Amino acid sequence: MIRFILLQNRQGKTRLAKYYVPLEDSEKHKVEYEVHRLVVNRDPKFTNFVEFRTHKVIYRRYAGLFFSLCVDITDNELAYLECIHLFVEILDHFFSNVCELDLVFNFHKVYLILDEFILAGELQETSKKAIIERMGELEKLE
Amino acid sequence: MALSGMRGLSVFISDVRNCQNKEQERLRVDKELGNVRTRFKNEKGLTPYEKKKYVWKMLYIYMLGYDVDFGHMEAVSLISAPKYPEKQVGYIVTACLLNENHDFLRLAINTVRNDIIGRNETFQCLALTMVGNIGGREFAESLAPDVQKLLISSSYRPLVRKKAALCLLRLYRKNPDVVNVDGWADRMSQLLDERDLGVLTSSMSLLVALVSNHYDAYWSSLPKCVKILERLARNQDIPQEYTYYGIPSPWLQVKTMRALQYFPTVEDPNTRRSLFEVLQRILMGTDVVKNVNKNNASHAVLFEALALVMHLDAEKEMMSQCVALLGKFIAVREPNIRYLGLENMTRMLMVTDVQDIIKRHQAQIITSLKDPDISIRRRALDLLYGMCDVSNAKDIVEELLQYLSTADFAMREELSLKAAILAEKFAPDLSWYVDVILQLIDKAGDFVSDDIWFRVVQFVTNNEDLQPYAAAKAREYLDKPAIHETMVKVSAYIIGEFGHLLARRPGCSPKELFTVIHEKLPAVTTSTIPILLSTYAKIFMHTQPPDQELQNQIWSIFNKYESCIDVEIQQRAAEYLALSRRGADLVDILAEMPKFPERQSALIKKAEDTEVDTAEQSAIKLRAQQQTSSALVVTDQRPANGTSPVNQLGLVKMPSMSSNADHNSTDQGSSQENGTLSKVDPQPPSADLLGDLLGPLAIEGRPATAGQPQPTVTPGLGSDPNAVDASAIVPVGEEQNSVQPIGNIAERFHALCLKDSGVLYEDPNIQIGVKSEWRLHQGFLVLFLGNKNTSPLVSVQAIILPPSHLKMELSLVPDTIPPRAQVQCPLEVVNLKPSRDVAVLDFSYKFGNNMVNVKLRLPAVLSKFLQPIPVSTEEFFPQWRSLSGPPLKLQEVVRGVKPMPLVEMANLLNSFRLMVCPALDPNPNNLVASTTFYSENTRAMLCLVRIETDPADRTQLRMTVASGDPTLTLELKEFIKEQLVFMPPAPHAPGPVPPAPPVAQPTSPVAALTDPGAMLAGLL
Repeated sequence: MIRFILLQNRQGKTRLAKYYVPLEDSEKHKVEYEVHRLVVNRDPKFTNFVEFRTHKVIYRRYAGLFFSLCVDITDNELAYLECIHLFVEILDHFFSNVCELDLVFNFHKVYLILDEFILAGELQETSKKAIIERMGELEKLE
Repeated sequence: MALSGMRGLSVFISDVRNCQNKEQERLRVDKELGNVRTRFKNEKGLTPYEKKKYVWKMLYIYMLGYDVDFGHMEAVSLISAPKYPEKQVGYIVTACLLNENHDFLRLAINTVRNDIIGRNETFQCLALTMVGNIGGREFAESLAPDVQKLLISSSYRPLVRKKAALCLLRLYRKNPDVVNVDGWADRMSQLLDERDLGVLTSSMSLLVALVSNHYDAYWSSLPKCVKILERLARNQDIPQEYTYYGIPSPWLQVKTMRALQYFPTVEDPNTRRSLFEVLQRILMGTDVVKNVNKNNASHAVLFEALALVMHLDAEKEMMSQCVALLGKFIAVREPNIRYLGLENMTRMLMVTDVQDIIKRHQAQIITSLKDPDISIRRRALDLLYGMCDVSNAKDIVEELLQYLSTADFAMREELSLKAAILAEKFAPDLSWYVDVILQLIDKAGDFVSDDIWFRVVQFVTNNEDLQPYAAAKAREYLDKPAIHETMVKVSAYIIGEFGHLLARRPGCSPKELFTVIHEKLPAVTTSTIPILLSTYAKIFMHTQPPDQELQNQIWSIFNKYESCIDVEIQQRAAEYLALSRRGADLVDILAEMPKFPERQSALIKKAEDTEVDTAEQSAIKLRAQQQTSSALVVTDQRPANGTSPVNQLGLVKMPSMSSNADHNSTDQGSSQENGTLSKVDPQPPSADLLGDLLGPLAIEGRPATAGQPQPTVTPGLGSDPNAVDASAIVPVGEEQNSVQPIGNIAERFHALCLKDSGVLYEDPNIQIGVKSEWRLHQGFLVLFLGNKNTSPLVSVQAIILPPSHLKMELSLVPDTIPPRAQVQCPLEVVNLKPSRDVAVLDFSYKFGNNMVNVKLRLPAVLSKFLQPIPVSTEEFFPQWRSLSGPPLKLQEVVRGVKPMPLVEMANLLNSFRLMVCPALDPNPNNLVASTTFYSENTRAMLCLVRIETDPADRTQLRMTVASGDPTLTLELKEFIKEQLVFMPPAPHAPGPVPPAPPVAQPTSPVAALTDPGAMLAGLL
C-alpha cells in the first residue's frame, strides 16, 4: 500500500503531502526532508526506485517537481510508477496544461483530486474521465 | 494564474512566495498565524466563508513545514457544517492535520456516522474518504457494519461503493479483530461480478487484504479472479476510459494477480488451464516499446505475472521461461527493468530451486554490483548473497571484498556484514575465512562491527590447526604502517594467544612481537589498551628463557598504567604486574583461553533478524513458510569437518533466549576475553565458561530439570488418560543422566505459552525451536530441529500425542539430522473444542550409543485460541446478565493465589489474550476482561471474566467466568486459575519448588489420574 505521497519541488518545498499511515508532525517533517534529499540528486538515468528505511520510494520527476510515493517493499514498482503518471495526466487535464503555480495556488483542489484517485493508500479510480467528471460535479456544489 | 476562489488565500500564498528568504517567510507566516488565532478566538464574528478560508490557510502553513498547534478544533467543527463547501474543508483538512489517534476525532464520530448513513451522497463520499484515510479503532467499532452495507447495496452509485470498499479495507487492515468478515466470502465473490471497473479495482484491493489473512474462506473468489484476468488480458469488454496506453487497466491486472498469489494452488483443472494460458500470453506477448509509459505499464503486468508463475508453477512448465526472461532483463540497459530483473531473481531463489541456472548469470550480476545507481547495486548485492553457495563462495566473496574499497559509505556496513557471513557459511577452508575477515577489517575497519572480529577469534581459538596461520597473518598486518584499530585489537589478541607458535620464524621473537604491537599503542583508544596489556602479559609469559630487558620494558608499562584513570586498564596493569612477579603461577593463570562453546553465529542472526513492514504479508514469505514438502533441510553443504567448529548456521533463528546467550558471548568477548584476573578460575575451564555464558539457566539446569516443575504442571491433568504422558516432561528413566537439558524445560514451555517463538528444548546435542502462528482456531507451528554437533544425529523420531480436542498433523521428520544442520518440521493444529489438555511431543534421537528420549509439552494451550476483544460498558452488562448462573457462568473463590499487584495481574491476563477492560468495573480492586474463543465446532465465542480481589489478602480472589458454552466456561475458568496459582519460577521470584524433586515426581501422575481440583488442593 502507499504509505505517503509527496509532491516537492527541487528546493524541497512541499506542494502536497498526504499520509496514509499515522505519523507525528515531527516525523512527517523528517520524512519530507529525507525523501527530498534522497531523490533530488539522483541521476535521471537511474532507476525510479530507491530504498527508504524499511520501505521504498517510487518517484518521478516532471520539470522541477518530484512526485514520490512510498510503498511496501513487496509492491509492484512499475504499477506505482505509472500511477504517478496517471495522476499527472489527471492534473494536466484538470488544470489544462498544469504547472507548479497551479498546484501552489490550488493546493486544496489537488487534495480533492487526490481523494478521488487514491484512498486508504490504494488506487480507487483509474479512469481519467471518471475523475474529471466527478471534479466537475463537485465544482458545481461550491 | 489563480483559479482559487478565495482571494485572501491567494494573496497570502503570493506573499509567502514573494518572500526573499526563509526569515521573511517565517515572519509572514507568524503574522498570519497570529491573525488566524485572533480570529478563531472570537469565533462568533466569523462567517462560514471566513472560517473556511482560515482553515485552508492553516493547512497551507502546515504543508510548508511550520508547526500549527491550534485551530484543529475549528477544522473538526467544520465537519458538522450543514453546507457542502464548509463540510468539505472540514473533512479534508482534518484528514491532513490529525492522525487516527487524535482525541478531537472522537468528537466527530457521530457526525461522520450520520453522514455515512444519511441520504446526501456527497456527504457520504466525504465521510468515507476521511475514515478511509485516517480512521482508527473507534471508527472501526462504530462504523464498520454501515460501511459494509454501502459496499454491497446496489442502490448506491459506484462512486460511493468504491469508497466504501477502500474505507472497509482500511478499517480491516487496522483492526482485523473489530471488523467482522465472517460470511464475507460470498459477498466478495459477488463483488467480483461488478461491471464498474472503479468498484472492481477497489474491491480487488480489499480481497487482497482478506485472502492474505486467510485464503481458505475465499476459494469461491479464485475462478472469478481468473475470469477477470482473462477478460482484461484479452481486452474483452473493457471501456476505453479504463485502458491505459492501450493496456486494459494494468493496475487491476496487477492486483488480481496479487490476490491469486495468496492461494496455495489452483486445483480446478479448467481454471488452472485458463490461468496458465493468460500467463503464457503475458510472458510471451510483452514486447519492449518506445513509449515509456506503455512500456512500464506492460512490464508492471509482466513482472506480476512472473511472480504468479513462480508461485503456482509447481510442475515447472513455465519456470524456464521465467528464468530466461529474467536473465534477459538483468542484462538490459534500462535501469528500471534491470533492477526488477535482479529483484525478481532474488525472489525466485526463495521459492524454487533455480540456483544452478542463476549461477550462469553471475558475471552479469557482478557488473550490476558496480552500477552507478545504488538501488541497482543493492539489488545485485542481495542477489549475490542469496545465490552464494559452496561452489561460488570464493568468487563472490572476493568480488565483494574488491568492491568494498570503492563502495560508498551507505553500503559498506551491509557489504562487510554479508561478506563476513558468506565467508563463515561457505568457507572451503578455515584459513581462507581468516584471510577474508582480516581483509575486511583492513579495508573497511570502520564498518566492521565487533561481532565480526569476535567471531574470527572464536574460530581461531577453537581450531588448533588454524592458530599458527592466523598468528602469522596477524603478524603480517602489524607490519603495515597505518592499520585500523580493530585490526590492532584482533591481531594483538591473536599474537598474545598464539604468537609463541611463530617462535622460530624471522621477526617473531617475543621481543620483536612486543615491539611491533607496542608501536601501535600511542594511537589507540582506551578500549584497546586493556587488550594490549593482556597481550604483553602473555608475551612475557611465553618468553623462555626470560629476557631481562623485555621484562623491564613490560613492567615499566604496567607500572605506568597502574595509575591510569580508566578502571579496566588500571586493574589489568596492577594485576599483571603482581602476577608477573610470582613466576610459575603466571603460567597457570595466563594459560591459553579455553575453547568457546559452539553456538549460532551472532552475525547470521543479525542478518536474519531484519524484518520489513508491509500492509499485507509477503506472498513469497507465506509460501516459504507453507512449504508442505515435509521436512526441509537447510544446511551448509560443507564436507563435515571434524576439527572445525565452523558453521553455526544451522541453529534456530528466532529464540530470544539464545539471542541473550549470544549477547553474553559477545560481551564476554569484549570485556573478558583476554583473561583478566577476575576471569581466572580454578574450575575446569569449559564448564566455567558455559556456566558464565548461560548464567543461572545452566547452573539450575542439571538438578532442577529432573523434577522441579512437575507437581505444578496442571494443564495436562484433565480426565483424559493421555494426561499422564502430558505431564511427563522429563527425559525418561535412566537416560536422565546421559544427556542433560540446557535450561529449564518447564520455564521454556511457560515462556512459549506467552509468546509465539522460542526454544522449546535444548541439550548439548540438539536445540528444538518453535515458531508458531495462531489464526482463530488454527495454529501453524514449525519445529526447528538443529543438530549442534559435528556428527549426525540418527534414529530421530518425533511423535505427537495430541489430546482429544486438538487435531494435529506433523509433517515427516527425517530419520537423520546431518551435522550442524537444521530441519524444519511444520505442524498444523486445529482446535476442535475447549480444553486445557496439552499436546505432547515425544522426541527421541540417538547420539553415539546414547538413546535420548524427552517428552515435551507443546505450547498449543487454550489461550492460543483466544482473540482479545475490547468490550464497552453498553455491550458488557447485557451480555453478563444474559449469561446467568451455572453452567454458563461459574464462580469460584480461589485461594493460594500468588500475591501480585493488580497491574501485574492485568498484564498477566492480557498476555494470555484476555483483554482487560479498564474502568468497566466501578470497584478499582476488580478486573474485568473479555476475549473470544475459537474452535472448529464453536467458531467465535465471547468469553467474559471478572476477578474480584481482596486488597487485604492478595492470596485469595473471587473469579467469575461466563460464556455461551458450559465446557468453555469451565475450561477457561480452570485455565485462568492455573495461571494465577502457579507462576513459572521466574529468576527474581521463585515459584513453588517442591523440596525433593525425585520423590515429588512420581506423585504427580498419580494425582493426575484423579481430579484436577484435588490436585490443586494438594498442591496448595
